[in-house]
Amino acid sequence: MASNVKKLAILGMWKDNPVFRQILGICSSLAVTNLMMNSLIMGLGLMFVTAFSSLTVSLIRQFTPKHIRMMVQTFIIAVYVIIVDIFLKAYQPDISAALGPYVGLIITNCIIMGRCEAYAQNNPPHLSFLDGLFMGAGYAVVLLVIAFFRELLGFGSLFGIEILGSWWVDWTLMIMPPGAFFMLGILIWVTKNMFPDTNKDAKATEKGGAKA
Amino acid sequence: MSEINPIVIFFAAIFTNNMILSNFLGMCSFIAVSSEIKTSLSLGQAVTFVLTFTTLLNWMVYHWLLVPLGLEYLRFIIFIIVIAAFTQLVEMIIDRYFQSLYYALGIFLPLITVNCAILGVSLFMVIRDYTLLQSMAFGVGSGLGWTLAIVTLAGIKQKIKNNPLPKGLEGAGITLIITGIMALAFIGFSGIVQIQ
Repeated sequence: MASNVKKLAILGMWKDNPVFRQILGICSSLAVTNLMMNSLIMGLGLMFVTAFSSLTVSLIRQFTPKHIRMMVQTFIIAVYVIIVDIFLKAYQPDISAALGPYVGLIITNCIIMGRCEAYAQNNPPHLSFLDGLFMGAGYAVVLLVIAFFRELLGFGSLFGIEILGSWWVDWTLMIMPPGAFFMLGILIWVTKNMFPDTNKDAKATEKGGAKA
Repeated sequence: MSEINPIVIFFAAIFTNNMILSNFLGMCSFIAVSSEIKTSLSLGQAVTFVLTFTTLLNWMVYHWLLVPLGLEYLRFIIFIIVIAAFTQLVEMIIDRYFQSLYYALGIFLPLITVNCAILGVSLFMVIRDYTLLQSMAFGVGSGLGWTLAIVTLAGIKQKIKNNPLPKGLEGAGITLIITGIMALAFIGFSGIVQIQ
């Protein structure tokens, strides 16, 4: 059990990280990364939705007819997203307004559907729950890393607290959309270079060899 | 919000508030299906078509059904159902009556159901409190803006296909950098029309 948890954690947070490795769910990942606070809330919301929808899908997997399972999964995800949305509106109205439609867009985030389909459908509930939790956590970490650089360079602050002081000239481009694209592009580049995916590398050399 | 001219909204949705370049919506298929101009154009057409009608349908459902019943919080589920049902219906209709169109658009229709741009436009429409006419202009404009962005990206990607790239930047990395430069270029439009 303990080794399973560790394995899932490493898979979700690092080896199969949904954003870096699978380039999934970046729609909403970019829009909310101009502030650390927004990213944190979004990340927590996504962790909650992924974990519990994986759990639910896994619990009812024996009773779900195969051909309508996509529809069932979508409903389950939507229910949890509505819970997150209502919760935010009630307790964090400012952040709810700042996130705007992006909370609702968690429904169409491919990560959740992908985990339900690929993992929860064939695995016991407790493992599915953890898998969803760690995949969500992997996503949240990426959000926070991007937000860290964007907020630091764009506003000179972190979580709204001024860090860089008055000498820093705000790099406005960073908090505008292009900043997000550049940041994620660079992040993917750096991670791919520093920690190459061994399987993919082997394939790439094979391909290159065949071409040459 | 509700006094903006629909024509202004239409152009703003294409240029200054482009779905991909300023709202990051529809990125998944944007990155996956942007390697050929022809395919991207077909996908863009399909998205524009579906966007136009689902925005209209969702507006009607939201304002004539959900608001009177006080069920606004159900909008996520309802919108998803409307979008899924509509794409399914369109797929069946064009498969039956417009075979040539089916080969051009058909394979993309199931993909579109999970395209964040479709749901995103409907949610924006609710948040910004658009009227029916404004929503329609917003839907069409967003679709055209999305098409413009994906076709442009496909063109650029075709140009750089055989160029040597730094290791690790191939694939998603370079696509994101290109998109960033495109977004930078589109900032040049801001100020012409403003809807936010």
